[in-house]
Order: sequence, then C-alpha cells, then structure tokens
Amino acid sequence: MLAASGKLDRRELTRALLADRGEMLVIAGLGAPAWDITAIGDCAENLPLWGGMGGAAMIGLGLALAQPKRKVLVITGDGEMLMGIGALATIAVQKPANLSIVVQDNEHYGETGMQETATRHGVDLVMMAKGAGITNTMFVTKPDEVPTLHKAIHAGQGPFFAVAKIDATSKPLVLPPREGALLQARMREAVMGPAAHHQL
Amino acid sequence: MDEHSIDKAPDAAADWPDQIYSLLKTHNITQVALVPDAGHSRLIRRCLADNEMTVVTLTTEEEGIALLQGAWLGGAKGVLLMQSSGVGNCINMLSLSTMHRCPLPMLVTMRGDFGEFNPAQVPMGNATQTVLEAMGTLVRRADTPEDIAPTVNATIRLAFNTFRPTATLIGQRVLGAKTFGKD
Repeated sequence: MLAASGKLDRRELTRALLADRGEMLVIAGLGAPAWDITAIGDCAENLPLWGGMGGAAMIGLGLALAQPKRKVLVITGDGEMLMGIGALATIAVQKPANLSIVVQDNEHYGETGMQETATRHGVDLVMMAKGAGITNTMFVTKPDEVPTLHKAIHAGQGPFFAVAKIDATSKPLVLPPREGALLQARMREAVMGPAAHHQL
Repeated sequence: MDEHSIDKAPDAAADWPDQIYSLLKTHNITQVALVPDAGHSRLIRRCLADNEMTVVTLTTEEEGIALLQGAWLGGAKGVLLMQSSGVGNCINMLSLSTMHRCPLPMLVTMRGDFGEFNPAQVPMGNATQTVLEAMGTLVRRADTPEDIAPTVNATIRLAFNTFRPTATLIGQRVLGAKTFGKD
C-alpha cells in the first residue's frame, strides 16, 4: 500500500476503504478522488463529482440527513476540502452519525500542475475539524492504520473526519460517466428503487 | 426584531411568511438550508419550531446548493433561504444543479433593490437576477405581499416538476428599507 515515497498509495487506500462497503453511498470530490473510486469500480452508489469544488462534504451532509440509515462516505482532496472548509462547522453542528469524510491529502492541486496547497505548509485539517467540534477524527500515514480507518467509516459513530497523507504521484485516469443526470438518477434509484423517478 | 438592526423584518401583521411556511409543508420540504436574513426571520422561526424539518444554518450560501444536491440524491426535498447578497456566493456551485438536473428552489429576500440605505448592498442586489439567470435559474419576482405565496408556490413546483434551479425574489418594496432617520 506504500508508494516509493514511503507514503500511502491513493488508489490502494481507496480500494481498502471501499472493501466490503455494503450499501454505503460514496461521494467523491472532483479530480483524482473521482478517478480513484471509479478505478475501484463504478457503480450506482457512487457519485463522482466533475465540478462544484468545495461542495463534496456538504453533498454528503444532505444525503446523510436524508438517509439516516445509510452510511455515507465523502472521499475528497485537500484542495477541495480547503475550498469548502466552513462545511466542517456546518456538519459538526448537525452531527450526522452516518457521515464520514476522508481527505486524501497529497498537499497539492493535482489536476492543475501540482501546485502546493496550504496543507503543504502546515495547515492541519484534522485540527480544523476538531476545532469545529468534530470529535471523532483520525490522522493516517501508515498502512497498518488503514484497517482502523476502514472500521471507523463503517461504525456509524459520526460525524467522522480523517486525513490520510498520500503519495502525490498521479495515477492513470479512469474516468466515470460525465452525464450528470445519469449519475444523479442512478444513485436515487439505488436508494429508493424505481419509485425514485416518479413524483414525490 | 431589534430596532437598531440594520435589516428590516416583515411587519407583525404581514402573513406572507406564514403562507410560505404552509407551502413548505404542502410540498413536503424537510431540509431548510439558510444563511439568515431579517426578511426571513419569522419563516426561520416557524421552521426551527417544526420537528419534521431539519434547519441547516450554513457558513456560506453555496453550501446550501451542495446540501440540497445531497438531499435530493437521498430522496428528500429542500429549499434554500437567503438574502440577495448570498446569491453571489452561489455562482459556481449552481453548476451542480444544472449538471445533475437537481431541483433547487431558492427564496431570496432582496436588498439593494428599492430605497436601499446601505451602499454595500447595491452592487449584488442590482446583479441578483442577472447572476441567477446567467447560471440557468428560472427567476420570478414578488413585489407585493399578495404576490409572494403564489410566486413561491410556482417556484417550488417548477423546481421539483422540471428538475432545475428556480428562485423567487421577494422585493425590498415588500419589506421596506430602513433609513435610520437619515432620509
């Protein structure tokens, strides 16, 4: 699970987190996290984002509040989380037990030329989540911590927030469908069955 | 409402905030996302008192676009309440609703619109409708108290029946502009 740099390999980490996911619904932030979940296996329970930067965690909150019996996992990058950092406060106040957020932190904006993000310069997202009032958190750097992380995102004792420091190397592109209406409709059907497409 | 507050809340006799609340119930709205505005203060109180509604106070209005995208993915219906200045914070996030065809009704109380006192409110108040329409939102205005409920009803129906962002702009003319005795 380690890359040559000695840091976690992002795709192997994603594979480990999504193992035995059951009915878990997964929102992936734009860019590499969306390619990662797609590389592990595209399915109706995945919403890979193509845009809306800064919104991934809040989509997770709306979904978690709407479906309190389903586990919801947001996998996103450090740049995406930083853009919507206020969401940590909003989520902490709502306290959704079924919501987990995992930031795959490579300390760079990977899609735009590997410019450094604020986490490269010491900004601590776990501390920011704690400061917002999210008490259940993890900071992960080693493969032997990943089983505990997997357990935490399936435990339903959220809101749970974790940062996993990952190797910055870009992986081969594995692109999900780009039709947004399809991505939305397939997840709604996975949650509600065919009734999803009829009048509420 | 504090008489020293710079925003103006609806008169106690006005019943349109209660009419909006009734419409939210009729349409089974269960997630109410908001950044507060004085114009929505009574409606917000009604929603907070309702155990069937989850009121989510946002740190910035764009969070509400994403929240209601998630709500719809999970089969819940929501509405976004904000002041006109907050519309500017939503611009890029509105791409979510357009891209996914997500129903997104927004109820916007206007500032910088009619007899405004605060110069900082004018640029965004003047641009609110243009900005929303530029991002694909269907916008209708309500500038009299009796226009508000039918317009809000149409805005909610249009969002959930045709899968898109829609907005009612509640004119400052309805709320009145505060002048601090400096007019």
